[in-house]
Amino acid sequence: MTGRNRLSGPLDDVARDAGHLDHPARVGFFTDTSVCIGCKACEVACKEWNAVPEDGLDLLGMSFDNTGMLGANSWRHVAFIEQSRPLGHQDPGLAGLPTGPSGIGETVHAVEPRLRAAPRGGSELGTEPLPNAQDLGMPAFSRPGDDSGAESRTDFRWLMASDVCKHCTHAGCLDVCPTGALFRTEFGTVVVQQDICNGCGYCVSGCPYGVIDRREQDGRAQKCTLCYDRLGDGLEPACAKACPTDSIQFGPLDELRERADRRLEQLHGLGVDEARLYGRDPNDGVGGDGAFFLLLDEPEVYGLPPDPVVPTRNAPQMWRRAGAAAAAFALAGIGAFVSSTLGSRR
Amino acid sequence: MGSNMAEAHPVGFQWVMEAKARGARLIHIDPRFTRTSALADTYVPIRAGTDIAFLGGVINHVLTNELDFREFVAAYTNASFLVGEEFADTEDLDGLFSGYDPETATYDRSTWHYEGVDPSGSTPKGDSARAKEQTQPMQAGGRGATVEGAAEDIVKDPTLQHPRCVFQILKRHFARYTPEMVERVCGTPQQQFRDVCEAWTGNSNRDRTTALVYSVGWTQHSVGAQYIRTGAILQLLLGNVGRPGGGVFALRGHASIQGSTDIPTLFNLLPGYLSMPDVAHDDLATYIDDQRAGGQKGYGYNVDAYMVSLLKEYFGDAATAENDFGFGWLPRIDGDHGTYRTVMDMIDGKVFGYFVMGQNPAVGSAHGKLQRLGMANLDWMVVRDLTEIETATFWKDSPEIETGEIVTEECRTEVFLMPAASHVEKEGTFTQTQRMLQWREKAVEPRGDQRSELWFFYHLGRLVRERLAASEDPRDEPVQKLAWDYETEGDGEWVEPSAEDVLRRINGHDLTTGEVLDNYLGLKADGTTSCGCWIYSGVFADGVNQAARRKPHDAQGPYEAEWGWTWPMNRRVLYNRASADPEGRPWSERKKLIWWDADAGRWTGHDIPDFPVGTAPGYVPPEGTTGPDALHGDDPFIMQADGKAWLFAPHGVVDGPLPAHYEPHESPVRNPIYTQQANPTRKVYGRPDNPSNPAPPEGGSEVFPFVLTAARLTEHHTAGGMSRQLPYLAELQPALFMEVSPELARERGLTHLGEAHVVTSRAAVQARVMVTDRMAPLRIDGRVVHQVWMPYHWGATGLVTGDVVNDLLGVVLDPNVFIQESKVATCDVRPGPRPRGAALTAMLDELRTRAGITTATGTRVGTAAGVAHVEEPATPDTPTHSPAATSEETP
Repeated sequence: MTGRNRLSGPLDDVARDAGHLDHPARVGFFTDTSVCIGCKACEVACKEWNAVPEDGLDLLGMSFDNTGMLGANSWRHVAFIEQSRPLGHQDPGLAGLPTGPSGIGETVHAVEPRLRAAPRGGSELGTEPLPNAQDLGMPAFSRPGDDSGAESRTDFRWLMASDVCKHCTHAGCLDVCPTGALFRTEFGTVVVQQDICNGCGYCVSGCPYGVIDRREQDGRAQKCTLCYDRLGDGLEPACAKACPTDSIQFGPLDELRERADRRLEQLHGLGVDEARLYGRDPNDGVGGDGAFFLLLDEPEVYGLPPDPVVPTRNAPQMWRRAGAAAAAFALAGIGAFVSSTLGSRR
Repeated sequence: MGSNMAEAHPVGFQWVMEAKARGARLIHIDPRFTRTSALADTYVPIRAGTDIAFLGGVINHVLTNELDFREFVAAYTNASFLVGEEFADTEDLDGLFSGYDPETATYDRSTWHYEGVDPSGSTPKGDSARAKEQTQPMQAGGRGATVEGAAEDIVKDPTLQHPRCVFQILKRHFARYTPEMVERVCGTPQQQFRDVCEAWTGNSNRDRTTALVYSVGWTQHSVGAQYIRTGAILQLLLGNVGRPGGGVFALRGHASIQGSTDIPTLFNLLPGYLSMPDVAHDDLATYIDDQRAGGQKGYGYNVDAYMVSLLKEYFGDAATAENDFGFGWLPRIDGDHGTYRTVMDMIDGKVFGYFVMGQNPAVGSAHGKLQRLGMANLDWMVVRDLTEIETATFWKDSPEIETGEIVTEECRTEVFLMPAASHVEKEGTFTQTQRMLQWREKAVEPRGDQRSELWFFYHLGRLVRERLAASEDPRDEPVQKLAWDYETEGDGEWVEPSAEDVLRRINGHDLTTGEVLDNYLGLKADGTTSCGCWIYSGVFADGVNQAARRKPHDAQGPYEAEWGWTWPMNRRVLYNRASADPEGRPWSERKKLIWWDADAGRWTGHDIPDFPVGTAPGYVPPEGTTGPDALHGDDPFIMQADGKAWLFAPHGVVDGPLPAHYEPHESPVRNPIYTQQANPTRKVYGRPDNPSNPAPPEGGSEVFPFVLTAARLTEHHTAGGMSRQLPYLAELQPALFMEVSPELARERGLTHLGEAHVVTSRAAVQARVMVTDRMAPLRIDGRVVHQVWMPYHWGATGLVTGDVVNDLLGVVLDPNVFIQESKVATCDVRPGPRPRGAALTAMLDELRTRAGITTATGTRVGTAAGVAHVEEPATPDTPTHSPAATSEETP
């Protein structure tokens, strides 16, 4: 086994690597965001099954997303992104609609200052991940709503995507856990045992996706278990079971990857060129994800890191360097000692 | 169209996504870009309340370009029938049909009849005003409206060329619904409209069918019934009815709403869509004659067997031929007893008690304030629900407490709140959208005092009967005579009634043998059968609970006939005779469903034939035949009096034989198509407690310049009683908000996530602002019109609370079925929190004064040239000061 680097790169049998000699196939999620209808049934089913507490009753204004992000009290999170971009051959139906104010004469004066103050009326929040403010100009009323400048209302799409713990091939959280609370299951998934977790929080900084989080009440780390208890009984995880459109698909990872490849090919054939897989590649910074995605835009748009790297990937190298540095320090120290000793002898 | 299926029916939407994955094109037509639009191939914007203009435009496209499925139309619809010379169209009368009576705001429908048909017999319940008051069209819904002489040959022109044939009338009627007009009325850009026309027609032929899906977005309009008619006309012209993949799909609002109309909770219907008897029906014979007037084809004719079997089920051995099977014990209707009339009667002190179950009218019904003021003026009210909903707490926390219109200490209504068992705590059936009954097991025992509705009503009936047992008052006789002998489980007083036995009674029995019936064909009018709902007969065929079948789809045929049970007779596609051509051959191999097997002499196929199984395609019945025997071999519409689908409705609809675009009751614009502004027969209630926002040609409409529409979110359930109490749902949509376009936000100075309030002449509702590109202004008839959207799930109780959006709406109804217009109104939006208490009342008074609103506003329903009508003009024409008008009655 010497010479093999277990902290990064492809790994064929992640469960065996963790010591499960006789184990079932590695399972995971393939989340096809192109068919997500944003119903949030996954969020609710997850909370119901795993008794995850309520996560705050705040209106976030990020389109229909009032969950915000994954955390100790939200193991599934559906993101909503409103964009002025086309989606494949979809006709968003908004081109040519007026962009100016209503045709009541007296509104012109009231509108003018506000047009300058709030170019998009505040709708940027949670709807446009990249700054895209445009000056719409002033209405002139030759035809109501016609001459408001940019006629910017052209393309539009509304993306929805259910995010979850990625169950990485090389899981940063697991690698840094000092208590053994985090472990690799026989299914190849990564699970926290709350009764062992001491709340040190190393895992939180160890996760390249910002998924794992400590619960405020007791300080213990919490995240998706891929419904470990259900898997043991031959059931699929609660979120996948509840998903009405099969946006969340559960199964053996090999099978899911094939399915995802076929779906990607199909979407490209339909002209959805921006479709891409995320977390599918075993050569990426975490050795591929157990829960991977089909996205319709750059990962950043969904709040996902573009190039996640497990922090422990460089650990061997770092240790080598640190060792070299320590050796150098030691040598220097010795040198200093020697020289000072020698010097004192002078 | 008129449906946000992905959000309101996410589980059903999986099949739409599956169809899309197989190559179906999905088009979503809606006032706002929703989660359904996000998944559609094409989103098409439309102004709320203009769907008839849009679909009328598609119909015009079909007829102008001769894209109709001509063989289907000629054979299976009334396109070839000639209409009498007296008929005049909206094109002739500027938005009115012939027969309009401004006095009563109703139509005398005698001029809408087929050529050579004597119309006198077809309005047997008297004049048209009475028909409107009693929702006669809805009562006729189950069996189709009666038409004199329908079983005989009606004069027709099979070439469809005669100027007075239905086809040509239709063509003229919709000729002005051009793409240009659609753009003017609906705000839909012409190019997009043309694209929809091409997609719809291109996908409707022998080999292909197109499905039309709607939900309450269509029904809740002052022209609600005509919306559905327009959709049906278009689908019939394109041959998309009775065929697989076609149809007009009504998605019901929640679990078993279909069931609650099949076995109704409505004032005007009995189970199986039988009409509620009228005061004019002295005996069973008069009632039956009325239902069969003039000689009818089809299965509606057997109403005697359905009615007598129902009476036998209600009254058991007490129902005999000698006493008319107890027909005299049934209640009679003598006018409008709809839910909104009843609420006004509560305010007026005419109603004393009220049962509310599975409903939260203080939040969920239009004009919430009217609902609450009515409930505050009762002797007693019983509320059964899972939680303490606003309808049970209005006396202490309604908005009227703040304004002083309801005073807790003085509110006389005694409220009884009864805990209800949830759907997992009781057994029974759900009847869902596709008419399918599905049996549901009890998963857990209900906690504490929670009980099922069945238990509640069984024991309520038992206790009432015990108290009335010795009564000699004749009005108590119906209760005394009820059979009320359902099977029960357990011992003691509080036994558990058997839901399965109730379902068996609904299925019906042959009383001579005691066996359960196989289907409704076995029902008899001589008192030897009993049946609680004729269309459900067969749900217990062979003594088996057919609704409980759950055979997996991979273990049975393509139509999954052994999954649940659909009425009638487990047929999955209604009117499926139309899936075959007049000769009985499938229209195409791809779309074959049932066909005539000449060797066997019967209809056969993948589905259960919705047709007399032995009636050959070319069959012509002898003269003078009526009922099912009178159906020709090419009469697929077996519940229609003439066996054909009606493009033109000679009877049965009170607001016109054809749909026409009328503006909503409250609209910011003048009707661009006719001088007649809105539905000339809509039901308006001009009362001080029910003011209307003005609409052109009345002045003052500029005070409420925006279009308001409301709907629901996936995350909450209707009036919120089942979701605002649950942390996992409440956190997903934690606050009431309004969606506005960036343009409207700028125009009104609204900021994202800031507070603002929407105002109408009824109320002001505060909400957080969501500025989104999903809302877009529309260009209507030369000006920009903004739309505002709000979800209506919030109220005063629960983990997340908010103002009641339905308070913004007034009460105005469709005249056919009394559905309220709650999908469109006009409003204004103002930044910041709304005023409270006396300041709120003062603001609303000021608004009404500024808009010139009186009790007469909105009641001038006839606006076509030369027509001046004011509905309900009795109330004095004074400005409405809401508290003064109602507080006296609601101490």
